[in-house]
Amino acid sequence: MDAWEELVTSALLGTDRRPPSLPGAAAGDAPVALLDAAALHTVRRRAGLRPGPAGAAPEPAPADDRTPLPEAARRRLGQLLAGRATPAPSGGRRGAAPDLAELLPQWLAAANEHGYRAPASALPALLDAARARTDLRPQALALAGPRGLWLARLNPDWKFALRGAAGSTALPDTRDGEAVWALWEEGLFAERVALLGSLRAADPAAALALLRSTWAAERAEDRLMFLDSLRAGLSDADEEFLEAALSDRSRNVRSTAAELLSALPQSALAGRMARRAESCVSLDRTEGGATIVVEAPHECDAGMQRDGLIPTPPTGRGERSWWLGQLVESAPLSCWPARFGGRSPEEIVALPVADDWQAELHAAWCRAAVRQRDADWSRALLGAPAVPPATGPGTSSLAERAKLLSTLPDGERALWVASFIAAHGLSEAFQLLGVCTVPWAEPLGSAVIDALDIAREAGSYPWSFSGVMGLAERCLSPDAAAQLESLTALPAEAEDASPGAGGYWSEAFQRLVSTLHLRASMRAELAG
Amino acid sequence: MDTQGVRWTADQVLALAPDDASRRAESKLGAAGPWSGAGSDGGAVWGLCRGSGSTPYRTVVDTTGPAYTCSCPSRKFPCKHALGLLLLWASDTTAVAGTDVPDWAAQWLEGRRKRAEQQQSEAGPAGPADPAAARRRAERRAARITAGAEELEQRLADLLRGGLASADQSGYGLWEETAARMVDAQAPGLAGRVRELGAIPGSGPGWPVRLLEECALTHLLDRAWLRVDRLPAPLAATVRTRVGLTTPAEGPSVRDRWLVLSQYDSADGKLTTRRIWLQGRDTGRTALLLSFGAAGRAPQLALPVGVVVDAALTLHTGAGAVRAELGEQFAAPVPLDAPPRGGTVGDALSDYGRALQEDPWLDSWPATLCDVVPIPTEHGWQLADAAPGAGGGEALPLTGPAAARPGLWRLAALSGGGPVTVFGECGHRGFTPLAAWSADAPGETVPLH
Repeated sequence: MDAWEELVTSALLGTDRRPPSLPGAAAGDAPVALLDAAALHTVRRRAGLRPGPAGAAPEPAPADDRTPLPEAARRRLGQLLAGRATPAPSGGRRGAAPDLAELLPQWLAAANEHGYRAPASALPALLDAARARTDLRPQALALAGPRGLWLARLNPDWKFALRGAAGSTALPDTRDGEAVWALWEEGLFAERVALLGSLRAADPAAALALLRSTWAAERAEDRLMFLDSLRAGLSDADEEFLEAALSDRSRNVRSTAAELLSALPQSALAGRMARRAESCVSLDRTEGGATIVVEAPHECDAGMQRDGLIPTPPTGRGERSWWLGQLVESAPLSCWPARFGGRSPEEIVALPVADDWQAELHAAWCRAAVRQRDADWSRALLGAPAVPPATGPGTSSLAERAKLLSTLPDGERALWVASFIAAHGLSEAFQLLGVCTVPWAEPLGSAVIDALDIAREAGSYPWSFSGVMGLAERCLSPDAAAQLESLTALPAEAEDASPGAGGYWSEAFQRLVSTLHLRASMRAELAG
Repeated sequence: MDTQGVRWTADQVLALAPDDASRRAESKLGAAGPWSGAGSDGGAVWGLCRGSGSTPYRTVVDTTGPAYTCSCPSRKFPCKHALGLLLLWASDTTAVAGTDVPDWAAQWLEGRRKRAEQQQSEAGPAGPADPAAARRRAERRAARITAGAEELEQRLADLLRGGLASADQSGYGLWEETAARMVDAQAPGLAGRVRELGAIPGSGPGWPVRLLEECALTHLLDRAWLRVDRLPAPLAATVRTRVGLTTPAEGPSVRDRWLVLSQYDSADGKLTTRRIWLQGRDTGRTALLLSFGAAGRAPQLALPVGVVVDAALTLHTGAGAVRAELGEQFAAPVPLDAPPRGGTVGDALSDYGRALQEDPWLDSWPATLCDVVPIPTEHGWQLADAAPGAGGGEALPLTGPAAARPGLWRLAALSGGGPVTVFGECGHRGFTPLAAWSADAPGETVPLH
């Protein structure tokens, strides 16, 4: 036992029970002598501290040769990440200040488009943000880059970053055939899916060849995922492979193959489907005008099932209408004009349909138009935007209309939604606005602003429109700020207005304007 | 310097916030929306902020102070408007474009500058009005402290006689009572030590050793106070400071370009203590500014981390003369040009050891480590010299609280496994990193506390 340990033992037990052996200390003064000795020891120990041996240093983070963020953008990121912690109160009043948390996704996407890398000091906050909000993950992790992943390995809180990213960081160059082959042979499932996806984007035929090489040996659920990756860059060159997959052991693989084939109007499957569908839908001229007559299939034979038709309908649906829907959905839309005397899609959609088959038939055409990305048919099925949805052609479902809209070119889409809003106001526009490209093209932006102004004058409260208001903050072009400036003024209270609504609207428009200014600044900062 | 002056960074502004709530509020106000008539002239920033009332708030910030005024009723200091305005100024070049000082701002700024000049001209050894009475008061207080120190000695002797093991059972109450007696004895330094002693038995494995060490150092302080008139002058000054007598800053005044290394607050009961570490660009000297605030209110003094301030500091005597008071500032702060100078981990420990000669009660000493790598080990994180030869392979552990702070991850991210420069406090418990710089962005001070 060394001198110090002896002191500690003595101190712990008490000098009465265990007097310290200190030379020259009188018995009565033992505690003081002990404290003197301990003080000397303590100061001496502290003054003589030496460094310890270093542990094994972590492998340095891989280099990231992307451009660093411009100074102003770097500060902005810090601010956005700090603002993330304070979500706006749900519903009701949100004040006049921009909601930074809502702007973060847009900022991240723009920064990634510029090819910037995140500043090292911001990585922890970025990873925390990605951990809390799954919608931010892909963009946040992309910006964080290799150093972000390096850091995530050191902290169990950031495990999530390693799961999705394992493949994307280790992907070989798609031109390096040997490396591609090695990863395809030995990689984990997620890595192989990522590999196939990136190869498909670069060279569709090579991706198909890679998939073919091991197809028969893959597990059913893997086959389904791999097959799904053919959606990107789908072409007639894929037909032979897909046709073969129609005989797959797995039903899900079969129906996915059929779905892909039906999106290729030149394919043999599309031809078979066209013949089947045409045999069910015909034009009848006997009663004065032209009418579409529908004779739904009476059976779902083996051939139909091989082509991907699901024979058993969900509960509540009749077998024959279920089969008809699937046939028409999978048939190429190009077969119909010939069937209906050279009529255009608009004219076909306008034809009356006998015996209440219209809803069924139009719904199937809608699904076909979305699947085949057919703008002409989408346009016909959407009808004129001013027509009330319930009486229009196609479908009254906003979700399906949003899908149809997404097949139209950007400008036309914005124009259609603008006219829709002008005719019907904002209450049903939310889903449709969601498929328009950001920033909103004119005249869509003006239509939304006008509709908000009308809602304000009608005396309702702004939070009845908080969904559209929030979208407008993120999607309106920053140039619209000038148009909005006059709406931020506090209006005189109208007699029939809801109490205080004017003030709340003024606040809501202020927030809209300051958010647009902020987005313009953010854009300028990122441009450097 | 142009008329716009040097803008601060958002981080620097955020560091001025008195609490988290203001930090959040300010980031909302730091956008152009609610502001009008905002401008700056290099030494000041002003603007009108639309609030809930009919008249907007008038907000002015003197960035050389910094000092703030705002017509809002907030008791927080600086208020969210002042912070929001600074953030806007820091981040948006177009929103704070005006350069003509409006009358309402000019009035306050002029008044402030006049008062500052007055203070400068009045500054000097202004003695107390009645030296004899002051001396009698000082003697009375010294006598009370002496009585307190003797009582504490008795308490320590009793503790050692009965054994530290019993300290575990006697609990916190007895210490709390003794601390209150030290407050009565007007020895806040002793009271603080006693409170810390009371916390040690609950501090986990190895507590008897820590308790013995701290008891022994408290005993050393008691004994030093009881013979303070026989100590050499600098050590005597240290002892007076340690028992809790405030000594005016009467050391030399040092003008330098002071780099603001770190600013952090710690709450202790009813008091918030703010520590601001500075390093002189020319003298290489490190100095500590202390500022205090009542619980829940931020201390008055605030300097943005990472800037360089051309200012005179008045140094305290004793206790290693690291403490200082901020004197005149000669220009608005400018951004940092290069990281602070520093040494190896071995140098840092040697400096701490040397500082103990003048103040054996020091828990830590400021240190800048150059070219160190943060390394995770199974016993926690350490900072290790990166350059072999210059003491390579030597490392300092991080203190437990430092390793639990989010700043650790900023440090790790900044390093990326490579060498960085780290400023912090180095002591017998380990190293507490407070700020770091990387070679990639040498002008960016990353706060770690």
